[in-house]
Amino acid sequence: MRMTPPEPDMSKLRHVLAQLRGVRKTYDGETLVVKDLDLDIFDGEFLTLLGPSGSGKTTTLMMLAGFETPTAGQIMLAGRDLARVPPHRRDIGVVFQNYALFPHMTVAENIAFPLSVRGVPRSDIAVRVARALDTVRLSGFGERRPAQLSGGQQQRVALARALVFEPKLVLMDEPLGALDKQLREEMQLEIRRLHERLGITIVYVTHDQAEALTMSDRIAVFHRGVIQQIDTPAAVYEQPRNAFVASFIGESNRLAGVVEAIDGAHCRVRLDDGTPILARPIDVGTGDATSVLLRPERITLADPSDPDGSSARNRLAAEIREVIYLGDHTRLRVSLAGRHDCAIKLPAGRRNPVPLPGMRVEAVFEAADCLAFRPE
Amino acid sequence: MIQAATVETTEIPALKRLLRRSQRRQQVTAIALVAPLLVFLLLTYIGPIGALLSRGILDPEVPSVLPRTTAALATWDGRELPPEVAFAALVADMREARSAGTLAAAATRLNYDINGFRSLMFSTARRLPAEIDSARDTLIGIDPKWGERETWAAIRRASGPVGDFYLLAALDLRRDADGNIVAAPEDQAIFIDVIARTFLISGVVTALCLVLGYPVAYVLATLPARSAGLLMIFVLLPFWTSLLVRTAAWVVVLQREGIVNSLLLGIGIIEQPLEMIFNRFAVYVAMTHILLPFMILPLYSVMKGIPAVHLRAAASLGAPPFTVFRRVYLPQTLPGIGAGCLLVFIQALGYYITPALVGGAEDQMISYLIAFYASRTINWGMAAALSILLLAATLVLCAVYGRLVGFGRVRPG
Ligand SMILES: Nc1ncnc2c1ncn2[C@@H]1O[C@H](COP(=O)(O)OP(=O)(O)OP(=O)(O)O)[C@@H](O)[C@H]1O
Ligand SMILES: [Mg+2]
Repeated sequence: MRMTPPEPDMSKLRHVLAQLRGVRKTYDGETLVVKDLDLDIFDGEFLTLLGPSGSGKTTTLMMLAGFETPTAGQIMLAGRDLARVPPHRRDIGVVFQNYALFPHMTVAENIAFPLSVRGVPRSDIAVRVARALDTVRLSGFGERRPAQLSGGQQQRVALARALVFEPKLVLMDEPLGALDKQLREEMQLEIRRLHERLGITIVYVTHDQAEALTMSDRIAVFHRGVIQQIDTPAAVYEQPRNAFVASFIGESNRLAGVVEAIDGAHCRVRLDDGTPILARPIDVGTGDATSVLLRPERITLADPSDPDGSSARNRLAAEIREVIYLGDHTRLRVSLAGRHDCAIKLPAGRRNPVPLPGMRVEAVFEAADCLAFRPE
Repeated sequence: MIQAATVETTEIPALKRLLRRSQRRQQVTAIALVAPLLVFLLLTYIGPIGALLSRGILDPEVPSVLPRTTAALATWDGRELPPEVAFAALVADMREARSAGTLAAAATRLNYDINGFRSLMFSTARRLPAEIDSARDTLIGIDPKWGERETWAAIRRASGPVGDFYLLAALDLRRDADGNIVAAPEDQAIFIDVIARTFLISGVVTALCLVLGYPVAYVLATLPARSAGLLMIFVLLPFWTSLLVRTAAWVVVLQREGIVNSLLLGIGIIEQPLEMIFNRFAVYVAMTHILLPFMILPLYSVMKGIPAVHLRAAASLGAPPFTVFRRVYLPQTLPGIGAGCLLVFIQALGYYITPALVGGAEDQMISYLIAFYASRTINWGMAAALSILLLAATLVLCAVYGRLVGFGRVRPG
């Protein structure tokens, strides 16, 4: 996660660069791939569209770029309605998943392409191409063909090509999807660095939540063509607005039950096996069925013989079934409240008791960490 | 360290030997796999074609029928009439050839060079007296042509066993009495015309195929698989009917009382039927129709390999549609254009039946002449020389294509 603290309400602080208002899209006239999308993209931000496959991320991006027309709604860029603006006049840079470098041109010609179609004088082109190559640390590769570059290098060329004509808005559709893990992480940093240095606005599509969390200023979580939540990475992780967001981002244990009573910030939930726990109600009322989500790292273990009396704390009998040592933390699989596949993450360090399979312990967690959602 | 290094260096020759041995084994396997086809081709294709084409540069008739004469003329400087020995040799050769019945072969060959040589030979042979003092006076006495340098030069030009007579003739050239290459007389200079016409017709047909085929290939390559399959059947339909049937169908369509004329007359666009058959128009239409698939298929195969996202990328970078086509799409289809044009042009060069059936006298191509010499006048030398020209043109075109585009870039569809 990024070290900068989440900014409070960015819409008040920043200028809106692009706007989607009531945008809908259907390909077949039957199902809406994008439903009533309202989205503000702020100038200079790194916005990630995150969501499972088929949730409409690419479609949204392609409507912004002009390759798909919205079935309804309006898209504005810098105060201009884009409805009648063809893709080549939008001045939006696009980076595609498979780079889409032109194989019959050299790297330098690829990067020069957006400049030459804009009629930039030759001498300027040479200078700007050289600078762009330098920016993505590929000086000296200008005369190569794309096929003579590695995947990571090709992606850097694609970046340079999408940035060289200084578009205000750059769209990236899973640009790192084809790279292996190590190269991905390297390129994530590279893209962040470019974003900070050039002050551009980036809309980035991914279905990798770790990537979204590391890179974004804000994350828009897509599901079935609807933005479920749009927030800073920390807020999306810590304060998910519904069960989908909570389960899609990060790992969580789900415990099903019924809300028995709500008392201010807390509610009493009777789990399916009859255990009562205290939780934080998010979008449920008294008497509702609920799905309680609890992050594995928010559970600690206690010795059953050593009671501790905070009222907000839940203490549940648990049995350890499996212990996996992972160096920086230890993962446990435990039986808890009638479920046998609950996960617990314990940070590294000496602890008492030392967890062993078969051991009976108490799982301790705060009511504030138990989020009671309406089931999906 | 040092020890290890020396061990390594002494091992290198052994390693190389091992590598060579394993490579040799691979080569032997490869040759063994290709050998049956190679033998087959050699026996059924390369052999016969080589034998045929060699007729274009071989000149065997005169030296075999008139061996003494050709020997006597070998040392002739050609500036004046040949010496008496040559006349005597010709007389001896003629007597022998007449009794052996081989005179016709040599006479026919010499007649190709100088019109009337055939009758000169036969009448001279018939009228040779039994006893002769001076062969020279006798022959000139029989026909004054024997007193002309040109007559003897023709015999020497034909003394083989190899010669450039047919090849030069195919290019409307000949050698004069002094051995210089000169233009053939007007009335015999027909080949360059036909060759130029062959290239012109092939070029026009290739251009028509490209103009008509490119958009079709594009649609085929971008359509969803199902509809593309259906359209492809229409493209391939011509392959499933015989060439002759397709050509004959064009006669039905284009003739004076044909479908097109009836239709146009019926609507009232024209008053007189249009002349659309037995002319160049019909040749272009029929050949383009028949050769179109050979343009579409390689184009389609290359276009299929161009990701659609390239076009989107180009547009997002600011290129208007035509620039996208010109700078991103077209260059990537060049290998397909090259392959398609090569296929169509080379096939068109060798076309025979279609122009023969739907074209007029002025629309016949080089293959018509080849067929004419091979089957009508049985002049194998001329047929072979024209074939050599055709083959040479084809090979040059292939070489140009290979140099400009490279054969590796066209993937089978
Ligand atoms: N050109 C198209 N024609 C018809 N349906 C389409 C088209 N493009 C996308 N769809 C459908 O629209 C839905 C959303 O697709 P989209 O590509 O936007 O998803 P995505 O969020 O980008 O998914 P992924 O993570 O798999 O890329 C999918 O159900 C898809 O099948
Ligand atoms: Mg997508």
